[in-house]
Amino acid sequence: MSTPTRTARRSGLRSGEAASGWLFTAPMIILLGMFLVIPVLMALWVSFSDWNGRGSPFGGTVSFVGLDNYSALVGGGGLAEQDFGTALRNNAWYVLLVVPTQTMLSLLLAVLVNRQILRGRGFFRTAFYFPSVTSSVAITVLWLFLFSASGAVNKLLAFIGINGPNWFNDPSGVLHNFLGLFGVETGPAALTGNTFLGISFWEWLAGPSVAMSAFILMAVFTTSGTFMLLFIAALQNLSGDVVEAAMMDGANGWQRFWRVTLPQLRPTLFTVLTLGLIGAWQVFDQIYTGTQGGPGKTTLTPAYLSYQAAFTNQAWGQGAAIAFILFVIIVAFTLFQRWLLAERQVSERRMRPYLQNPTSGGSK
Amino acid sequence: MSTTTRTRERTVSPSRRLRALSREKLPNRAVAGKSLLYAILIVLAMIYIAPFLIQVATSFKTDGDAASNPMSLLPQTWSTAAYERLFLNSDFPVWFQNSAIVTVFVTLGRVFFNSLAGYALARLHFRGRNVIFALLIAVMSVPGVVLLIPKFLVINQLGIYDTYVAMIVPLLTDAAGVFIMKNFFESIPASVEEQARIDGAGTFRVFWSIVLPMARPALVTIIILSFQGSWNELSHFIVATQSPELTTLTKGVASLASGQLSQGTQYPLKLAAAAIMTIPVAVMFFIFQKRIMNTTDGAVKE
Repeated sequence: MSTPTRTARRSGLRSGEAASGWLFTAPMIILLGMFLVIPVLMALWVSFSDWNGRGSPFGGTVSFVGLDNYSALVGGGGLAEQDFGTALRNNAWYVLLVVPTQTMLSLLLAVLVNRQILRGRGFFRTAFYFPSVTSSVAITVLWLFLFSASGAVNKLLAFIGINGPNWFNDPSGVLHNFLGLFGVETGPAALTGNTFLGISFWEWLAGPSVAMSAFILMAVFTTSGTFMLLFIAALQNLSGDVVEAAMMDGANGWQRFWRVTLPQLRPTLFTVLTLGLIGAWQVFDQIYTGTQGGPGKTTLTPAYLSYQAAFTNQAWGQGAAIAFILFVIIVAFTLFQRWLLAERQVSERRMRPYLQNPTSGGSK
Repeated sequence: MSTTTRTRERTVSPSRRLRALSREKLPNRAVAGKSLLYAILIVLAMIYIAPFLIQVATSFKTDGDAASNPMSLLPQTWSTAAYERLFLNSDFPVWFQNSAIVTVFVTLGRVFFNSLAGYALARLHFRGRNVIFALLIAVMSVPGVVLLIPKFLVINQLGIYDTYVAMIVPLLTDAAGVFIMKNFFESIPASVEEQARIDGAGTFRVFWSIVLPMARPALVTIIILSFQGSWNELSHFIVATQSPELTTLTKGVASLASGQLSQGTQYPLKLAAAAIMTIPVAVMFFIFQKRIMNTTDGAVKE
């Protein structure tokens, strides 16, 4: 490409590129604009309006109500606030338990099946990955059966002498149940007396309900395979040199994993945590298929509540407001976690041993 | 890059073996460690597989058998009643057909539109390209669940609610897929297309008959992702349709599950439905297994 001038280049090889560029991207721009950008803007308007689902949201009967829909959710003191608080509580516990568990399990699976000398690697990988390809509806149906009162899971628990709960019909929080073992039935007044988003602090600390725990197990079961593949890909891209150098220095397998392998996996770890967080805040399919928020609203999630508010109760403004708050939560969590895992400089204290005897590496 | 590492590994390995010996690593201990590894893996694999085996077994049981022996992998009496009912006395075939129609159109659409846009963003020079790409990244970060109400609003406004158009058209392209294609096109050398261009082929011709055939690996990825994505999609169909004739498998099976939850019966029927809806994605998975797990098997071959 040694075209002398710009104009020559334009009229020659690259003639008409601008036109084809726009033509080629036009379907994508139209489709994404029409079904993603415009809808979001429309919903933003609806979240500031009192539209009740009848007629067009831009019709004359619909009026602007400012932040009413939002304030009803975060400070209205009514049922809307209480439901929203409950949904946030449920989903927060879900995230808190699902994200670390699926990350650790998928890393463990990846390390186990990534051995160079392992018979049946393909079989194990397939087994661990298979749940990831099935639809959330199909898995939920299966889960409802496995975790029914006299289902397979409770039969299994009975083998080891545990009387299993009635999973999907049990609204009690697992932390409350645990405290109940020590005779703690009600919390201190400081916790029961004060509320946040219409829910007392004691209720915030209930932990996931038994029903939600079954969904938590399901999420770990279905997502660990996908993330395992990401970790395997990362493990295979690592250069063996560093691990070998550590080996020569006498680091045992445990130390090699924590001090050498894991730090190199940081980018993948970041991806897995981000995807996990984003996914875990969007629990919808399972709730729609399985429990519709019950028992006792303990499997209600913001995503499902948003759907329910709009499509069932015709409170469209409120439904849209919930969706936007959820959006903000997801973005905030992603940013926070990005900040938390950002590459930082090694502190001086931790660097000291290496600075004092620079020859100890000995690999050069 | 990986080949160089491997050769280095090979040259080092004798010394490593020596070292291992000198550290008095007893063979017994190694054997014990290995058995433990296999034991852990087998137990884990059983946990991952057992639910599906139970699912298939239960779908061939009678209702009573399923309730009293939820764990057994062999039905007391083999019964295909669940399947007969699904296929002969329910809307199940309609659901299946709708899912198939949507999946085929969405997959074809994404293969075409994603690669078209990906190619333009990777290769064609035009004003506004960077803006489009930045918007694409922004769009990618919008969580899908947030779009439930917005999608309904626009579908309703366009007057296409409860039609195949509403089910298919909004899914015809996806930002992530465009991103994958763009990355792929950037990774292949431009010289071939430049040559064709000098020979006078038009942009679309170059794209269609030269670039697209070279993009097969990325296209397979798009096919896998969009097939799985549209076959397993639920929320979009909930907000786009309501009539029974347009119900997809996900929506239908979900109604099956929630409608009769309180009974606790009919598990064989529900599990049979769930099993059948898993078959197409499972077949897809086994066909493209190598490709899906390509990071794995490529490195094993020595």
